[in-house]
Amino acid sequence: MFEHYLNIFITTVFIENIALSLFLGMCTFIAISKKIDAAFGLGIAVIVVCLITVPLNNLIYNYILREDALVWLGIEGTNLEFVELISYIGVIAASVQILEMFLDKYVPALYNALGQFLPLITVNCAILGASLFMVEKDLLFVESIVYGFGAGFGWAFAIVVLAGIREKLKYSDIPEGLKGLGMTFIIVGLMSFGFMSFGGISL
Amino acid sequence: MNLKAYKDVITRPLLDENPITLQILGICSALAVTNNLTVTMVMCVAVISVISFSNLFISLIRNYIPSSIRIIVQMTIIASLVIVVDELLKAYDYETSKKLSVFVGLIITNCIVMGRAEAFAMKEKPLLSFLDGLGNGLGYSLILIGVATIRELFGAGTLFGYEILPLVSNGGWYMGNNLLLLPPSSFIIIGLFIWFIRSIKPSQIEIDDFELSDHSTSPDLSKRELNV
Repeated sequence: MFEHYLNIFITTVFIENIALSLFLGMCTFIAISKKIDAAFGLGIAVIVVCLITVPLNNLIYNYILREDALVWLGIEGTNLEFVELISYIGVIAASVQILEMFLDKYVPALYNALGQFLPLITVNCAILGASLFMVEKDLLFVESIVYGFGAGFGWAFAIVVLAGIREKLKYSDIPEGLKGLGMTFIIVGLMSFGFMSFGGISL
Repeated sequence: MNLKAYKDVITRPLLDENPITLQILGICSALAVTNNLTVTMVMCVAVISVISFSNLFISLIRNYIPSSIRIIVQMTIIASLVIVVDELLKAYDYETSKKLSVFVGLIITNCIVMGRAEAFAMKEKPLLSFLDGLGNGLGYSLILIGVATIRELFGAGTLFGYEILPLVSNGGWYMGNNLLLLPPSSFIIIGLFIWFIRSIKPSQIEIDDFELSDHSTSPDLSKRELNV
């Protein structure tokens, strides 16, 4: 059983890396990767939010939205899948807001470190994408916890690596027009070609 | 408000303030959906309609939104529009909707939509906001269609699925570049687009955070002594 979860984790982090193989959360990925410190903070915030929202959305999907999901309430023949998107984004926006308030009150040190990134996360497609892929893969509750953690971890891993490369890049002599954004795009392209080499692996 | 202002909000996002190449907004979908021109066009139409109407509606109620919950209000409006687009697509073009899979849903978190709502629609009048949405949607589409054209033409030798460059495997002369069919290639194409646009418009070039001093030029490796 443990192997099965480890398998999901490794697949999510390396083979289907949410940033470099599925290209989610790219805007923040490119905008906030100038410094390792900031990238690290944002990465942790994404891990935490993924870990909370993916299992939560899994419960919502399996017990409310899915076809015939309301049988436990004694109602049959329902299919609320069309409100899928709006309920997931609602869950994400709400949990980010609650997390922000909770950290502000009880863990001020962490709030100071992560606070500025939390509002950004609501519009980070990596989070919504993780929930949507969780539905597409039809995961069970425990699997979805592992998947949520893996998705967040893979994204965090990728952004820290990119920030590391960009910090080194300061010393390189890049053509004027490619400086900054242009070069970053090309580097992300090369990184993601690198991650494709994990593609053929089946565990 | 004269005509020029209306024209400006549409034309500026095309090159001067392009959402993808300058504002770093809406990149995710730019990568995953650009290997086929037909799919890209559908995606562009979806994004343009969502962004224009979300700007319009948010601008209409901008004076009634309390600023503390504005993100959730904006999200609700955007999500409802995306659901409409998603359902329409499923009803009328199921094939394409399957190919786009989760990326239609991800228009909700496409930062172009949120970014323009926050930066423009919350301040400006409805008609102007609608046009701003249209302009930014077009700027986004311009880059996406450019990338998709390069990828489909040189990757598979077709445009909209019609053969332009006959492939060797079909008895023609063109050897398809399979690298371009892989999603990461769109990063590199966009990177080169940015280079191209910034060469025409040098004002967009980013300034270095610091300058290397004369003394710290790269070491001359040929003269370095080996300390073994």
